[in-house]
Amino acid sequence: MAAPTDQRVTPEVIDLRPPSNTGNRVFAGLSAGAGWAIMLTLAAVALFLFVRAAPAFTSSAEEIAGVSILRGQSFWGFVIPLLFGTLLSSVIALLLAVPLSIGIALFISHYAPRRLAQTLGYIVDLLAAIPSVVFGLWGARWLMGTIDPVFQWLSDNLGFLPFFQSYVPPARNIMTASLVLAVMILPIITATIREVFLQTPRLHEEASLALGATRWEMVRQAVLPFARSGIISASMLGLGRALGETMAVLMILSPGFLMNFFLLKPGQHQTIAANIANQFPEASGLGVDVLIATGLMLFIITFLVNVAARAIIARRAEFSGAN
Amino acid sequence: MTALAPQRIGQRLPKWITWAVLAGSLAVGYGINLTAGAFSLLGGGFLGAIIYVIAITALAWVREGERWAKDRLASALVVAAFVVVMIPLVSLIAMVVVEGSKRFSFTFLNTNMVGVYGETELGGVYHAIVGTLLITGLASLISIPIGLFTAIYLVEYRGGRIARWITFLVDVMTGIPSIVAGLFAYALFAAIFGPGYKSGLIGAVALAVLMTPVVVRSVEEMLKLVPNELREAAYALGVPKWLTIVKVVLRTAVAGITTGVMISIARVIGETAPLLITVGIVSETNFNAFDGRMATLPVYVFRQYAQGGEAASERAWAGALTLILIVMLLNLAARLVSRYFAPKGMS
Repeated sequence: MAAPTDQRVTPEVIDLRPPSNTGNRVFAGLSAGAGWAIMLTLAAVALFLFVRAAPAFTSSAEEIAGVSILRGQSFWGFVIPLLFGTLLSSVIALLLAVPLSIGIALFISHYAPRRLAQTLGYIVDLLAAIPSVVFGLWGARWLMGTIDPVFQWLSDNLGFLPFFQSYVPPARNIMTASLVLAVMILPIITATIREVFLQTPRLHEEASLALGATRWEMVRQAVLPFARSGIISASMLGLGRALGETMAVLMILSPGFLMNFFLLKPGQHQTIAANIANQFPEASGLGVDVLIATGLMLFIITFLVNVAARAIIARRAEFSGAN
Repeated sequence: MTALAPQRIGQRLPKWITWAVLAGSLAVGYGINLTAGAFSLLGGGFLGAIIYVIAITALAWVREGERWAKDRLASALVVAAFVVVMIPLVSLIAMVVVEGSKRFSFTFLNTNMVGVYGETELGGVYHAIVGTLLITGLASLISIPIGLFTAIYLVEYRGGRIARWITFLVDVMTGIPSIVAGLFAYALFAAIFGPGYKSGLIGAVALAVLMTPVVVRSVEEMLKLVPNELREAAYALGVPKWLTIVKVVLRTAVAGITTGVMISIARVIGETAPLLITVGIVSETNFNAFDGRMATLPVYVFRQYAQGGEAASERAWAGALTLILIVMLLNLAARLVSRYFAPKGMS
């Protein structure tokens, strides 16, 4: 934007027409087009899954019986144990991860020295950067051996409970898989909860402390009530992750298609995602459609869980006292 | 928080008591561990931690009263939560480095798996690195422009109701399970080219589905940080809107955008499940992402692990080390970019 050296501008030089609008229109079109492309992609994901899954629902019983991966089961007889295994592993992972995440988030936001807080946050985020296949490898080669005495002890001393009955090493059971899932979903839950904890109004905290509360009482009176909806939505985000995680389960769990609560027994459960990865290479014809139908169910469940989580976050953003 | 810490009231225990009790508890924990037989770093520490929590709470309950005892219990549990999470992180990194470095070498990076059978020191990861770079590169080519322009649409054009829908769908899209993205890509290409078609492109499309929402999110955050005064100044000078976006907004946010994009690449480069069911694995190096199966690093690690045996296991760990190094390099580069290339005057 150098100033023109010649100050005498003759009228002919001034272009009174408005500048060309082509650039603006092209750019606006590109931007809107990209936005629409995202919506279309999501629609296409749903559409293609529905179209490919349809034969699994509409085929006759004889055709379904011919699919080798079903092992003579009906479609629903095949899917329901998988759904059960998926929910079981994810719920256990969530039960393990949420209390830990609340603890870590509290540590970073309210307990650790301020100067350290950011670094500690990075360290937890490092877990999120590790590829799932490496988690699977770690689970199979380190965790299974390390956790073995604990499982042995649980089975020996608390074996009268069905959860801990008849443990058989190696620990290729749903408990180990859920432990790895818990580690994998920790970073996202912790990061979300940490953000909410940091938004707690300072005045609430200081008021509580000024009344003579201990640090824990302050957390209970000011931080936790404020963060309750945030904790719920963070848990649901974590649940969505755990439901769809494939590799850790595939590499650790020895699969079975039963519905029970023998958490330490191998060969009892299987999840939808791991089952797809396991059977897809050898499936053909209607078998592929059956697997895609199970994938469609996983898609619908995670979609609903994520929508619920986002809805809670959105409602909270509107009504929270933080702004 | 230290400035806000409550003052000592009445008979509080001295500060060193925490450390003394911790040391004592750990000693007792490892002592029990030793007398019970095999020494284990984790087992003894675990016992010691439990003893510490009980001891400090009981001591405080007797000397300081119920409220302070609860406070000490909470503090101990909060710190313990953090320590517990360090266990998987540290053990995982240690395992990958120790086990991975057994086979990690220049030869390993530079050979493929053609003619490698049984227990042998041969075989490498070259074909998988090529495949991973090509497929991730293709996925980036698809998702970075779409993600960038969507973020521009959301922040600069504020499309109203449609924009709110897109924001919502992008959020939901970040939650799509990776295996479902793989199934979608498979179904899409099976519908167009028939079920026999295999290529890296299918995997790239699956990764693009997973990557695009992450790109949108991070670019959106960065564009929101650009001060409105800059845009208004450009408009006041008569600069058209699109030029303002290109030369002012994007120029200001370029470091942050690069960081965000690199981190999203690091996220998808380790995706395994969608590639496992779409691209598969081969032994030879395939440079053509549009035809034939390809090897990728995550799938390579999985297949070597699943194959079993000592040699394959070592290859799996070395592959995992290669993968983690690539991911960490991307993350590190992203942080450096955001530190050194941010425009002056913006923190």
